[in-house]
Amino acid sequence: MIALAGVYLAQLRVHLASQLQYRAALLLYQLSAVVEPVVSLAVWSAVASARGGEVRGYAARDFAAYFVVVMVVNHLTRTWTMNEFDSRIAEGTLSLSLLLPAHPIHNDVSDNLASKLITAPVVWALAGVLSVGFGAVFDLSARRVALFALAALLAFVLRFALEWMVALLAFWTTRSSAFNGLYLTALLFLSGQFAPLGVVPVPLREVADLLPFRWMISFPADVLLGRGGVSWALRGLGAQCLWLAVVVMLLAVVWRLGLRRYTAVGS
Amino acid sequence: MRALGLALRFLWIGVAGQMQYRANFVAQLARSLVGLALGLAGLGVVLSNTPVLAGWRARDLLALLGVYTLVGGVIGLFVRPSMQALMRDVHLGRLDFALVLPEDAQLVASVGRVNAWSLFDVALGLGMIGYSALATGHMGILQVLTLVVTLLAGLAVVYSFWLALACSSFWLLKVENVLLVFDDLYEAARWPLSIYPGWLRWALTLLVPVALAVTFPAQTLRGQLGWWQVTGAVAAASVSLWLSRRLWLAGLRRYSGASS
Repeated sequence: MIALAGVYLAQLRVHLASQLQYRAALLLYQLSAVVEPVVSLAVWSAVASARGGEVRGYAARDFAAYFVVVMVVNHLTRTWTMNEFDSRIAEGTLSLSLLLPAHPIHNDVSDNLASKLITAPVVWALAGVLSVGFGAVFDLSARRVALFALAALLAFVLRFALEWMVALLAFWTTRSSAFNGLYLTALLFLSGQFAPLGVVPVPLREVADLLPFRWMISFPADVLLGRGGVSWALRGLGAQCLWLAVVVMLLAVVWRLGLRRYTAVGS
Repeated sequence: MRALGLALRFLWIGVAGQMQYRANFVAQLARSLVGLALGLAGLGVVLSNTPVLAGWRARDLLALLGVYTLVGGVIGLFVRPSMQALMRDVHLGRLDFALVLPEDAQLVASVGRVNAWSLFDVALGLGMIGYSALATGHMGILQVLTLVVTLLAGLAVVYSFWLALACSSFWLLKVENVLLVFDDLYEAARWPLSIYPGWLRWALTLLVPVALAVTFPAQTLRGQLGWWQVTGAVAAASVSLWLSRRLWLAGLRRYSGASS
């Protein structure tokens, strides 16, 4: 445990230093991250006004609050190993990280954390600007914020484990971009990113209830905005833990099977 | 005509090059279909809550999605691969190869690289536009003509925009990130422009000309585009083509090549 903390400290320092080289590019990416919530927000505000101001309990300002928080949660929980893992296998650079004494996942976690440390202030500032610009109203209490922090942390761990497992599928598919596209599409609709799950058609919501995606993005947002009450929030935290246990077990199995398939350069 | 022939020739080379990778065919087709599913699912979720979005009915929104997919397909087919290659070539001095050819260098640099897989998107976009036009019923010859003219004008504007960005690499280094911002903003064009707040509408019209390329042609399918708007689109296309040509020539004068 202490050894692992040392590993993380060292890797964090390396990743922070290497990412701070490209500050302008990093900033630009965050700015363009605003477009997606603004598009969703505009679409749903138009739907709300077409229905006389409300869609199933969501007025325009509720949509504003929802999509602003979803933007923040999406930023906190986002991972990008999926985009890189197939080239690590194809080019054999995975072999180098396999030689290190620490599991390769730790390097990806600290890369992720480093990037979040740098970009979080920018995203939060943008969230503030959007909240004011679109008239989002937040009714926060200390309990809700505490529950949100816990839910967001679990959401990050769950999403990281799940997407790292999806990345591992590149051991079998070699080129994973098409499959990743499929995953991201499913995520967009079943996690509540494109629309709150309260306003999507019932069959879609029932599918979303059976899958882990909603616990990774919309759940923390719903907790912060107070949809559903404390007992629902506690049940949700339980669902997150359950999914996390399932995904971590699967991840261990897939990692082993994948490594057995992996044939590096020179073997 | 000669330009069109050359573009088709390069397109054929691109297709032939990609036909070597048969397994990739399925993956790329799947990717295009996923894009289609994404668009249709978004429409479905919205339309399950309201039949009309800011005055656009289901088939109007489908036409808009069709134009969005078609224009995105053409950008992916010629514009993006060629312009990305142009920026790299300016860095590395490989633009020399285009300059020594007997054809106009701007033409070669603009259609020389092809991503053949975007043909799927072009076909899907045309299919959606066609379906929506049939659902509307009568389409006069005049309406078809306006659609074609506005589509070409929009493509010309978007092409000029990309060329101008790519040409800026004659002076600046590393502008590729700006192109990623274009992709993000282009996402906004799949919905009617009128739902966006004022600042975003202006950004999508002036800063990044996706409004002209996508919303205008879709408007003709609703029969809601006046003559002055069509004329305006053609004028904007001519001006931006001329401006980007000037910028290209100015950039070439500055370009020093690999060997000098």
